[in-house]
Amino acid sequence: MSVQEVGRPRRRKEDARLLTGRTRWTDNLTRPGLLHVMFLRSPMAHAAISRVDVSGARGLPGVVAAFSGQDFAAEQGSLPCAWPRAADTVIPEHPPMAVSGVRYVGEAVACVVATDRYRAADALEAIEIDYEPLPAVLDMERALAGDSPKVHETGNRAFDFTSTHGDVEAAFRDAPVVIDRTYVQQRLIPNAMEPRSVLCDTDGETYTMWSATQIPHILKVMLAMVTGVPEHTLRVIAPDVGGGFGSKLQVTPEEVLCLLLARKLGRPVKWTESRSEGNLTVHHGRDQIQRIRLAADADGRVRGLQVRLLADMGAYLALLTPAVPLLGAQMFNAIYKMDAYEFACTGVFTTKMPTDAYRGAGRPEATFGIERIMDELAAELRMDPLEVRRRNWIRQEEFPYTTISGLTYDSGNYEAATDRATALFGYDKLRAEQADRRDKGDPVQLGIGVSTYTEMCGLAPSRWFGSNNAGAGGWEHGSVRVLPTGKVEVITGSTPHGQGHVTAWSQIAADALGVPFEDVSVLYGDTAIAPKGLDTYGSRSLTIGGIAVLKACEKVRDKARRLAAHLLECSPDDIEFEAGAFRVRGTESQKTLQELALAAFTGHDLPEGVEARLDSDATFDPENFSFPHGTHLCAVEVDTETGMVRIRSYVAVDDVGKVVNPLIVDGQIHGGIAQGVAQALFEEAVYDADGNLLTTTMADYLLPSAADLPDFTLDRTESPATSNPLGVKGVGEAGTIASTPAVVNAIVDALRPYGVNDVRMPCTPERVWRALGAEGVRR
Amino acid sequence: MPRITVTVDGIKYEEDVEPRLLLVHLLRERLGKTGTPIGCDTSNCGACTVMLDGKSAKSCSVLAVQADGRDVVTIEGLGANGDLHPMQRAFHEEHALQCGYCTPGMVMAAIDLLRDDPDPSEETIRHGLEGNLCRCTGYCNIVRAVRRGAQEMGQAVNTP
Ligand code: FES
Ligand code: FES
Repeated sequence: MSVQEVGRPRRRKEDARLLTGRTRWTDNLTRPGLLHVMFLRSPMAHAAISRVDVSGARGLPGVVAAFSGQDFAAEQGSLPCAWPRAADTVIPEHPPMAVSGVRYVGEAVACVVATDRYRAADALEAIEIDYEPLPAVLDMERALAGDSPKVHETGNRAFDFTSTHGDVEAAFRDAPVVIDRTYVQQRLIPNAMEPRSVLCDTDGETYTMWSATQIPHILKVMLAMVTGVPEHTLRVIAPDVGGGFGSKLQVTPEEVLCLLLARKLGRPVKWTESRSEGNLTVHHGRDQIQRIRLAADADGRVRGLQVRLLADMGAYLALLTPAVPLLGAQMFNAIYKMDAYEFACTGVFTTKMPTDAYRGAGRPEATFGIERIMDELAAELRMDPLEVRRRNWIRQEEFPYTTISGLTYDSGNYEAATDRATALFGYDKLRAEQADRRDKGDPVQLGIGVSTYTEMCGLAPSRWFGSNNAGAGGWEHGSVRVLPTGKVEVITGSTPHGQGHVTAWSQIAADALGVPFEDVSVLYGDTAIAPKGLDTYGSRSLTIGGIAVLKACEKVRDKARRLAAHLLECSPDDIEFEAGAFRVRGTESQKTLQELALAAFTGHDLPEGVEARLDSDATFDPENFSFPHGTHLCAVEVDTETGMVRIRSYVAVDDVGKVVNPLIVDGQIHGGIAQGVAQALFEEAVYDADGNLLTTTMADYLLPSAADLPDFTLDRTESPATSNPLGVKGVGEAGTIASTPAVVNAIVDALRPYGVNDVRMPCTPERVWRALGAEGVRR
Repeated sequence: MPRITVTVDGIKYEEDVEPRLLLVHLLRERLGKTGTPIGCDTSNCGACTVMLDGKSAKSCSVLAVQADGRDVVTIEGLGANGDLHPMQRAFHEEHALQCGYCTPGMVMAAIDLLRDDPDPSEETIRHGLEGNLCRCTGYCNIVRAVRRGAQEMGQAVNTP
């Protein structure tokens, strides 16, 4: 019996080329005659364009062409919004290049195509544009007032969405405890390390686009729909992609415009953004104001929850902009039982970069809101925050459990994860130290933050998408071919950008087919090679795409079994499969997978109904989401004199179901926690009063370095998912979802004796110090 | 246009360059050395880090003309005879890369760090890598990899 691959900490197959610089980032690629594109971008947040003159750029050395929005007006279409979930959603025209007006700083207004990027940059300066300034619209609450200037003629309201479960009024009536809080989810910039890049080439009839995208398949369909370029003449390739975190889950103006430029010029064109350009124009994340009310009994039992969100859409609705906050609609209730729950959200247009998916997309925001207010409930009742959670969470024996918001959580064990986490953390000891420091009036106070999160992920059930007004479903496709020499090619529709699909899929296929891990290769990311797919986001790769690969392997095995039975002259039922060989039960007579692959290749002697080649394919579309969960505990030291916060220890115990590769899973959790901590402590996209983004560079937008973060202590508990045959759950977003409230809860916990019950994110030393106010200084 | 002579990964190049051309663009666009990526335009991310005369340098903040007569080693020239450098191997073993975009710079910075301190503590590593940003790994495994790389490069490492 060969060793089981699933569950092993296999080192990644992807690493070799990444470690030696033999990479295929889009910006590395070139084509004969390649031209370089640069965009001129609006310096105004809101303005009408009265004149554009690109003629000064035309004629400059190296310049091949220069265009304004007017030059694209007839062919550029409107960028898609694929998920207007609320029925009343207003989708404004969204031209890839602005024609008559601009609505955020950074919107493309003209472009130059030149023989190299230095010349293109020079020529941008020769373009003249006259703007008639209009008032910026920056504050969501003011934007909804009747007298606000309008971002679009239809007004500043993008949608209203409400869902109500149970009798909310009854839950709040006579409730012994009502907590009412407003939290702000600041605007974030995803900052994948690889800037976006697009290369489009044409032979006059067909178009090939390389793009640093998470979604080559979706992009192909959308490009065809937006521009009218026939879909069958388009091929989209996502080569090596340097991180995404949702930011490359987009159909961008630049992708559309590069396609149109290749068509106009009949030559290959490439555009690569600078980081500053990217900070302005890669979609942003989060940006919500959350008003949350929670009603509870005196013993801490939650009766009801009422959530009212304002969600900043930015200037337009990009691919999933209005759907992102609504992914929180079923998540604010989290792991807790309650009698009633109401969720309402208004999407608001402002003159800022559109927001869209950023790691977690809607679920981190929801988790933050509920986990913060559960701590407030605990504080109000003078209970331990873990105890308040214990009294409300779904107990292990209650699974499967249908929540108040209508999701059915298939599995979980909140007790086990919490017990493990408190033990690793030394919870009681830290509480004792905290009490001690409080007694002594230590200027450095200790805070303990708790986050017992869950999330809905593995974004699929196509049916669920359909009933929630999404433009597409959530299935995934995989195919498997055993080659004549017995080696295996797996083709997946799930497109990686750092996750390690090649390694994990190899492990799954190796087990399913009984072949060595080394004998499997995985192909992806090219619509000509992997024609079917719905790509990578929402922690869906393994739970949907990985399972599609498994199912395809099972079909290959069935085919091999029929072929073996034919060649060995027995019934398929008499064939048993073990370690890559098909044996007649109780005999020595067998055919290996390799022998069968060769027989299927020659086709000399195939049974009725078995076609040549040992291959198959499958799609998987689960009945339910997966619901990873876990308990994250964070200890911070807060210097009450300077406001400085230091994370002293961080423990994360996550239940992501069965694990295919523990190394990869831990890596996802590490990176996820880091991004969540970054939201809590460091990052914020800041616009000034005129709508200029102030945080355009990495010097202004603070991404944490190694020196800013601690080591994280990880462990796992395991309750297998029941919605897929491997029992796996998503893991890509879990760390980010869990960690932000853990850190902020810890900071607030440290400062409670000073009367502090909130610190706005990012909790910079200045904000912490200000929250302490005079009282902190006096003590 | 000034003519420069520069050795990159053991090969000598003579190039006519505009005075404003950045070393990283010379590498990537003229010499086909695309192993060194660009992550920012303000010298913050470190993705472009190479060795310039044996010391790490951010190749986006060096002009090509400043590299005249000097020796550049990129991630592509690090391993000998097709073998990985011990630091590259350590990154692989410790799963210290996900998307891999920061990796060339991170590996270079890590090797440079060991020049100053062949036996770095976790703290020293974290501060030593401050100029290199990674968005994927949360740095935990990078720190582990650097310790392991140090060990494999024949240095003793403090046990924590
Ligand atoms: S590209 Fe050189 S430091 Fe960012
Ligand atoms: S591995 Fe992706 S940025 Fe470091």
